[in-house]
Amino acid sequence: MAKKMMKGNVAIAEAAVRYGVRFYAGYPITPSSEIMEYLSWRLDEVGGAFVQAESELSGVNMVIGAASCGVRALTASSGPGISLKQEGVSTLCDEELSAVVINMVRYGNGLGTLYSSQTDYLRETRGGGQGDYRCIVLCPYSIQEAVDMLGLAYDLAEKYRVVTVFMAEGALGQMMEPVELPDFIETKKNYWGFDGKYSYKKIGIFDRDSMKEAVALREKYAAICENEQRWEDEGIEDADYVFVSYGLTGRSTLGAARELREEGYKVGHIRPITAWPFPHKAFAKINPNVKGIITVEANATGQLIEDVALATKKAMENNVPTYALPYVYGIPAIKDIKEDFVKIANGQVREAY
Amino acid sequence: MAVERKVPAIIDKPMNFCPGCGHGIIIRLIGECLTELGQDQNVIYAIGVGCSSNLGGGLEADRLHCCHGRAAAVATGMKRVNKENIVLTYQGDGDAYCIGIAESLNAAYRNENITVITINNTNFGMTGGQMSVTTMEGQKTSTSKLGRNCDVTGFPMKFPEMVASQFNVAYAARGSVDKPQNIIKLKAYIKNAIEAQMNGEGYSIVEVLSPCPINWGMTPSQSMEHIRDVVMPYFPIGVLKERGEKA
Repeated sequence: MAKKMMKGNVAIAEAAVRYGVRFYAGYPITPSSEIMEYLSWRLDEVGGAFVQAESELSGVNMVIGAASCGVRALTASSGPGISLKQEGVSTLCDEELSAVVINMVRYGNGLGTLYSSQTDYLRETRGGGQGDYRCIVLCPYSIQEAVDMLGLAYDLAEKYRVVTVFMAEGALGQMMEPVELPDFIETKKNYWGFDGKYSYKKIGIFDRDSMKEAVALREKYAAICENEQRWEDEGIEDADYVFVSYGLTGRSTLGAARELREEGYKVGHIRPITAWPFPHKAFAKINPNVKGIITVEANATGQLIEDVALATKKAMENNVPTYALPYVYGIPAIKDIKEDFVKIANGQVREAY
Repeated sequence: MAVERKVPAIIDKPMNFCPGCGHGIIIRLIGECLTELGQDQNVIYAIGVGCSSNLGGGLEADRLHCCHGRAAAVATGMKRVNKENIVLTYQGDGDAYCIGIAESLNAAYRNENITVITINNTNFGMTGGQMSVTTMEGQKTSTSKLGRNCDVTGFPMKFPEMVASQFNVAYAARGSVDKPQNIIKLKAYIKNAIEAQMNGEGYSIVEVLSPCPINWGMTPSQSMEHIRDVVMPYFPIGVLKERGEKA
């Protein structure tokens, strides 16, 4: 199929339909609204259902209802809207129901702003709601990768019966790129879906054994960590410094790393595709004599750095310093990343860990 | 013709309600109506949080224990993708009208083709008898020790009247379990509500006045008298919106 110029949110919404999504419920919020605008008419064309909910809270609970019937269900939002959905995300995980939640991340605390950013890294990778669970977190760096990965998002959610969070920066939803859409898959209902006949038995809520469930939960998450780490790396085997960054910020950082290479600096780059499970395995390939690991992030305080510091501690023997370059919001410019890298190389920046 | 009365198969398990509670009667009536309408093998329950949660442990049917207050939203998602199934919510007044008022009202507002059963015992039963939006004026609860002061807490909320008068719903009624005559009427309301859904008429609700002897500090029989003498004059029973009245 020929590539077509498409806006990120629209391409993602059409890809959702092609990957078998047949239910959407949500509430408008910039910069994710085009997803629901598109699905408001598109799902009807393929026999699916769309509800504009009175709140994000209600929207995610509608998703719970559809997911409990075994249908591929989707909701999308940003910032404060994703906060409201956390009650439902925790419940989906508790009930072992599969769904995908798209977070088109915008900057700021509270009401926040409309700027594209990566401020929700820690929230998304640590579960987000009450309790003790994890969501698989995918972070695309192009519209094409987002479109390709949405099917994987559902496949993983259904394989492990978890929620997959699709964590993209707001700019990815708003920008346009040439994209090739996936083919339509045949829709199916998951075997655990309600049919009114009680075909799939459930344990009564007061008969559940939390001790046994905890063992199963740990095994499930361990399997995800072992099997589902995804990343791309470049030039890390001989690197003096390795950048780690994801999403559009990762794309910009990759550009900076390549230019720095050409200028004679031995730098490499790791781009996590799964933020959870974090790609610890990538760090095993890093030059054992590396001088530092650097995160490039679009947030205020540095969040990715925490996972990077842990991964560095695990993979490296000689207390390699880790540095955070938080550019607050937007997509950091290659020029700025390069300038700040030189400061790190010259010892002018204090390590984070 | 004589009809054999037996416990509906989907609810033939013990549940953990307090002595004198009304939930058991209502659960039984729902089960009987589903069976008589041939829907007991075609039903999904969206169960609330509170005393209503006890239903989940006793049902042999598809059911989801919803987040507190969200059953109407969950039921919306279920019904939109499983149009052929009967989808019921089963909630208390605290769940449906306090924390879940947005989800409850909006499901009625959209005229979702679901059936909502709300048990109104004028307090939060499960958590120890706190004040609810349906608590009677002057009623003593653990969060209204001197009796509910409606000047600062509002007056008891009449949800079925709200949706019957303001929204284009298919059917709305309020019943009671205080005496056999009213239980027979209640069964007819529940049956009508489920039939409305079967015919695709839209949103149907039955609120049920039910006793809470433990938290009311009364004997079971005093509780039934309390419903008749105090609760029912404010919350009148009967059909608030007949089927076929909908525009």
